Amino acid sequence: MYNRKDKTIAFLMISPSLILLAIFVYFFIGQTAWYSVSDWGVDPATALKKGVEKNYVGLDNYHTLMSSASDYEFRLAFISTFYFTIFFLGSCLILGFFLAFLLDQRIKGEGVFRTIFLFPMSLSFVVTGTIWNWLLKPRGGLNILPNKIFGADPLEYKWLNSDSTLFKFEWMQGGNLFYLGIALFAFALFTFVAQKRSLSWFWVVAAGLVLWLISAAGFWGKIWLPIDDPVRDIGTYQGYGYNAALSGIVIAATWQMAGYVMALFLAGIRGISEELREAARVDGCAEWQVYMHIILPQLRPIALSAIIILGHISLKIFDLVYAMTGIDNKYVKVPGILMIKGFRSNEWARSSAVAMVMLFAISLVIIPYLWSNLRTEKR
Amino acid sequence: MSKRLLSLCSLALVFAVMVGSFAPTARAQDDLSGSLEIFSWWAGNEGPALEALLALYGEQHPGVEVINATVAGGSGVNARAVLKTRMEGGEPPDSFQVHAGQELIGTWVAAERMEDLTFLFEEQGWFDVFPEGLIDLLSTEEGIWSVPVNIHRSNVLWYNPAKVAEWGIEVPATWDDFLAVCPAIQDAGVTPLVVGEAWTVNHLWESVALGVLGAEGWNGIWTGETDVMGEEFLAVWDTFGKVLECSNFGEDNAGLPWEQAIDRVVDGSAAFNVMGDWAAGYLTTTLELVPGEGFGYAPAPGTDGVFLMLSDSFGLPVGAPNRDAAVAWLALLGSKEGQDAFNPLKGSIPARTDGDVTNPELYNSYLQSAAADWATDTIVGSLVHGAAANENFAGNFGTVVDLFTASGAPEAAAAEFMALCESSGACGG
Repeated sequence: MYNRKDKTIAFLMISPSLILLAIFVYFFIGQTAWYSVSDWGVDPATALKKGVEKNYVGLDNYHTLMSSASDYEFRLAFISTFYFTIFFLGSCLILGFFLAFLLDQRIKGEGVFRTIFLFPMSLSFVVTGTIWNWLLKPRGGLNILPNKIFGADPLEYKWLNSDSTLFKFEWMQGGNLFYLGIALFAFALFTFVAQKRSLSWFWVVAAGLVLWLISAAGFWGKIWLPIDDPVRDIGTYQGYGYNAALSGIVIAATWQMAGYVMALFLAGIRGISEELREAARVDGCAEWQVYMHIILPQLRPIALSAIIILGHISLKIFDLVYAMTGIDNKYVKVPGILMIKGFRSNEWARSSAVAMVMLFAISLVIIPYLWSNLRTEKR
Repeated sequence: MSKRLLSLCSLALVFAVMVGSFAPTARAQDDLSGSLEIFSWWAGNEGPALEALLALYGEQHPGVEVINATVAGGSGVNARAVLKTRMEGGEPPDSFQVHAGQELIGTWVAAERMEDLTFLFEEQGWFDVFPEGLIDLLSTEEGIWSVPVNIHRSNVLWYNPAKVAEWGIEVPATWDDFLAVCPAIQDAGVTPLVVGEAWTVNHLWESVALGVLGAEGWNGIWTGETDVMGEEFLAVWDTFGKVLECSNFGEDNAGLPWEQAIDRVVDGSAAFNVMGDWAAGYLTTTLELVPGEGFGYAPAPGTDGVFLMLSDSFGLPVGAPNRDAAVAWLALLGSKEGQDAFNPLKGSIPARTDGDVTNPELYNSYLQSAAADWATDTIVGSLVHGAAANENFAGNFGTVVDLFTASGAPEAAAAEFMALCESSGACGG
């Protein structure tokens, strides 16, 4: 089909982007990985010395992140991201589906509503964050709304600065379970994909990965050591868990992305042939049964795409949080914020380690997706 | 070249010579040429002050093309990150803005990337005009590292004189006084002390610590002479906790900019606020209040006679592309002329003790009183604003305060403080 010349031309055409990708993505990932196992910036006096010698220190930086009292921030951030992902995904999927369901009722002016719901997505997270920051301020926006309209007492809800923590657990007891939870999450995702694509060998890979994760946990037992001084660990007082101050961020992020999920679902619903629904109705299905048994199952691949897209957004969320709470909010931490802090205090190795942990978390979501896509396209 | 352009050029030359010969500036114009890149974070409100300095430089050294490289962002958060990438990449600017003291010494001097400026201080006779305490903060044993342009004071207590009289309270002289008067203010439905977002809480901490420890104890933290696990230091945290209980901390301080915090003092919903004296600029210029009438000021409780200072300064990086032009720039910054051109616009006082500070056209009554204190008080360096501790310590200090406010345990905070001292190497020893 293709001759040799075509292939050469094709290769030449893509080589510039291949080279750029290789340098600016993969080379720098590699460099970050190297910094994360070096001691660059551990001694602040030499952090910016010309030609400073960077020594290999193994997993010390990761060890510190996971177990030193001073780095409770990182653990808070890591766990916050996990909870944020769950609540953000959940609320987006439910709200998105609900909106799609409403728009599917063949209402008048559907196009107008679709545009309205989809519109927030055209804003950048920084704009969304700034607006919602104004709305959710302790003495502003939503809290003074009852006062402005009815003259009632202003609310005192702490959207962004609540210090209460839900679903608490102790890092020392719960830390390992937490990782197991993440491994199970990855496992569930794999099985979901495997089932979807009916690729039996996928089960094997998935199981292998989970085993690898667990054994890695054992192998790097060093990382899983308890906190070096629990008395100074802020988690001892605050507890690690879902911090209520994250709810403001979840609301803003949902506001922005739910319309997008709606568009995905609506396209999916419209793709299901009317005959199927008709047939179900003829067989005596109530309308809710049509949705439960005909429409929802067929939307599964769309839900998967939505989960992947929103999942990688939420795992690397930074701009929204930065715009809404700034770097130094005590209650809201995400890993991206900690990387910025590294620039302030010259802790390059620590920042790189934070980046690598984020990369790892995101790759848990992205790699299976890409992999399965690649397999499907080949067939 | 066309004839017309040529004649234009010669006309311009003749004109320039005429202007030059009649120019009133007695200062000799020199033959410096090339360019000069000044790196700073002075944009927006602070832009005009920098412009005034650059204009002065342009008059003195017309042959030099001045490049004003500003990176906006409060207290230089963005600028410092850009500077780090430029220095790492081997492209230093000719001179850059940095908070005087450890922010410079702990990062750039420790990295051996700065030139010693002792020669300039000797040449310009600056040892006689800058206070000794200030020069100490700029120096290590190896040399003097930057030229201070302005001085701000961190430990100032702001209040509304009319309201304070109405409530019948006195401006507290110590933190114990403040804690004593606190319940009465609360009973009146007023917040005794207003704080804002995270950094302003850290800012309050340094005034509390200075008030409890005194100047010697404060300096001792950074030389290792003060035991940060000792009784006295635990008392700092204890007092700090009690002071926070008298404030809006944890209620609505998160995300509250310092301007809006001090607004509450002005409108009477809060009694006191501790903020640096850039607040005077905001109160007089933006809110158009008269110092002493619309707003009152006093040293933060327990810190009378001590000047907790921070200062913007410029240094000379090793390998500056236009070193001669940069040295001339630094000489201008330290001169009386330069400091009196810059500071009235910036709303700060000159670092020199011989500035024209009694001139009411240049300096308002707050600045005049600050300048008087500057000449007589004991000078110590601010932690939060880069003078006393290196960037690693200052950047992570917020986590110590977070830990304290989460736990309420002075021992835990002190232990964390100690750990940070050790890992950052900021506390001597």
